[in-house]
Amino acid sequence: MQNNNNKIKFLVPLVSVLLGLLIGGIIMLVSDYDPFEAYVALFQGIIGGPYFIGETIRQMSPLILAGLAVAFAFRTGLFNIGVEGQLLVGWLASVYVGVFVDAPAIIHIPLAILAAGVAGALWGAIPGILKAKFKVHEVITTIMMNYIALYSTNEIIRQFMLAPGERTKTIKETASLSSPFLQKITDYSTLHYGIIVALIAAVIMWFILWRTTLGFELRAVGFNQHASQYAGINVSKNIVLSMAISGVFAGIAGSMEGLGTYQYMTINAAFTGVGFDGIAVALLGANSAIGVVLGAALFGGLKIGALNMQSIAGVPTELVGVVIALIIFFVACSYIVHWLMNRVNKGGKI
Amino acid sequence: MSFMDILALIIPAAIVSAAPLIFTALGGVFSERSGVVNIGLEGLMLFGAFTGAVTIYYCEQLGLGSASPWISFAAAMVVGALLASIHALASITLKADQVISGVALNFLAAGLAIFLTKKIFHAGQTPVISERISKSDIPYLSDIPFIGKLFFSNAYATSYVAVLFAVIVWYVLYKTPFGLRLRSVGEHPMAADTMGIKVPKMRYIGVLLSGAFAGLGGAVYVASISGNFTHSTITGQGFMALAAMIFGKWHPLGALGAALFFGLAQAISISGSHIPFLEDIPKVFLLIAPYVLTILALAGLVGRADAPKALGTPYEKGKR
Repeated sequence: MQNNNNKIKFLVPLVSVLLGLLIGGIIMLVSDYDPFEAYVALFQGIIGGPYFIGETIRQMSPLILAGLAVAFAFRTGLFNIGVEGQLLVGWLASVYVGVFVDAPAIIHIPLAILAAGVAGALWGAIPGILKAKFKVHEVITTIMMNYIALYSTNEIIRQFMLAPGERTKTIKETASLSSPFLQKITDYSTLHYGIIVALIAAVIMWFILWRTTLGFELRAVGFNQHASQYAGINVSKNIVLSMAISGVFAGIAGSMEGLGTYQYMTINAAFTGVGFDGIAVALLGANSAIGVVLGAALFGGLKIGALNMQSIAGVPTELVGVVIALIIFFVACSYIVHWLMNRVNKGGKI
Repeated sequence: MSFMDILALIIPAAIVSAAPLIFTALGGVFSERSGVVNIGLEGLMLFGAFTGAVTIYYCEQLGLGSASPWISFAAAMVVGALLASIHALASITLKADQVISGVALNFLAAGLAIFLTKKIFHAGQTPVISERISKSDIPYLSDIPFIGKLFFSNAYATSYVAVLFAVIVWYVLYKTPFGLRLRSVGEHPMAADTMGIKVPKMRYIGVLLSGAFAGLGGAVYVASISGNFTHSTITGQGFMALAAMIFGKWHPLGALGAALFFGLAQAISISGSHIPFLEDIPKVFLLIAPYVLTILALAGLVGRADAPKALGTPYEKGKR
């Protein structure tokens, strides 16, 4: 039985990805593009050379962290759609420290990342408190908090940190995660040390959830609030804590952009989309640390590969968005996979 | 600038920006009253905007003139309902998580709309339309002193249709057997099932109607405000409509009021810098006001907002 469950756990994401790519191919065929040419270009755009690999890994770092944020909250039974907003405040906090603080790199970088985490935690804790105190559903509040974050961070940049080009000043070199070494070995991609931060975060998430009392309590609340309450677990505290920790991951995802990829923060007309992609990543990765890393590799790869697909096969990059949406649908509808598996199993036994 | 001039500047602008929100929020009422969370309103509205822009463009090419926007509204409603059927299939029949399905719908709509725009027009946006909904004075009513100038002159027909629809939706939901059935399915599906109401059917209707209305909202946005479709045409209006629906306590007339109020906030944030005593208020407060108010409303600080009881839970026959 255990074995069977594990099989389904791997099968659902795998089948979903294949189905998503298949339907994506059909859409291309109908729209008069060559799906084979496109998918070959997509694949080459992911791992076809050191430059592409560097770009894919760079794209992975914020996605891993955003995915961890969503997955962590999911484990406590909370749906954090607010990763996007927590990411924005984290981005701003990290850039603020990067611009205005003077310190040697060994202190400056951790300090900037810490600031991002704290900002994200505070932003995430608000919906947590509202849920714990007033029973307000976190899905709605986190969506609203996203917009509040978007407009507020823009306004703060405009008022206090504006530099030419609708953005903040560039951060000091001591706060930068950029790495000439990594760039050199990847044929001058924009790869930076952020991936190390992201992987450490994945290990920390796994450790908190599976090796600490706190993690046990958080998961217990996720399984059954009433039973947890009865067992003496403080459910309200755990809800707030879970949202705050989730916010830490999301905030640090923002610092990947602020300290790594861009080295500044722009006035954003719209959301970055990383937070929403995090939902897809967490879902595909079944809310486990290792799954999130793999999911981020897939979706990060698809996003980067899409650029090559557009320039070589002429297929708009948005096709990848469609494929990702389809994959989420299929994973969400795993009910049908379970049902099919049951049918097949029964058929085999009878 | 007199007080009257200020009102004459803001109120028509508020009504204009509110119309797409009203339609979409009404769609949200249908879906959520039947017990299905619809985070996908944003995507549905976005795809409605795309459909509207494309339909108006081709109708213009065919020489249909001022009928083009109205044809596009019908098209956007049909396409919106079709797109929503994916959400219905996933969340009602296949019992997927409704929030996740809605998120996926948003991804799908955004990706597909831009993909098709690039495919059809070889550019990131659709051509700007010339046949917009035209502004007009309403005969007789616009002659009423004071309010005539504020509410009935120089306004889009779609705004009045939106208000009319809100009243119709209220009537349908609260005064007809169909409305009672739809609401009962969202409050207590098992009891409804016992009384012979087909729960999945009612929920399908609710979700498809939400798609039609959100699609309409998107098309109205294109025909009255933006004039074409780009990747930045619909950025958050769908979520704002969702907020309006919640702030309006899942009630059609409440949603109407909330959408008008949010429209007012938007109008002030756009033209506030011309208005004497408002120019000192930083724009950002007006921009975030709808969202902050919605959170406060949910927290019970601005009147209690209670969701339909069975909202978000798939119905499984025979499950206790």
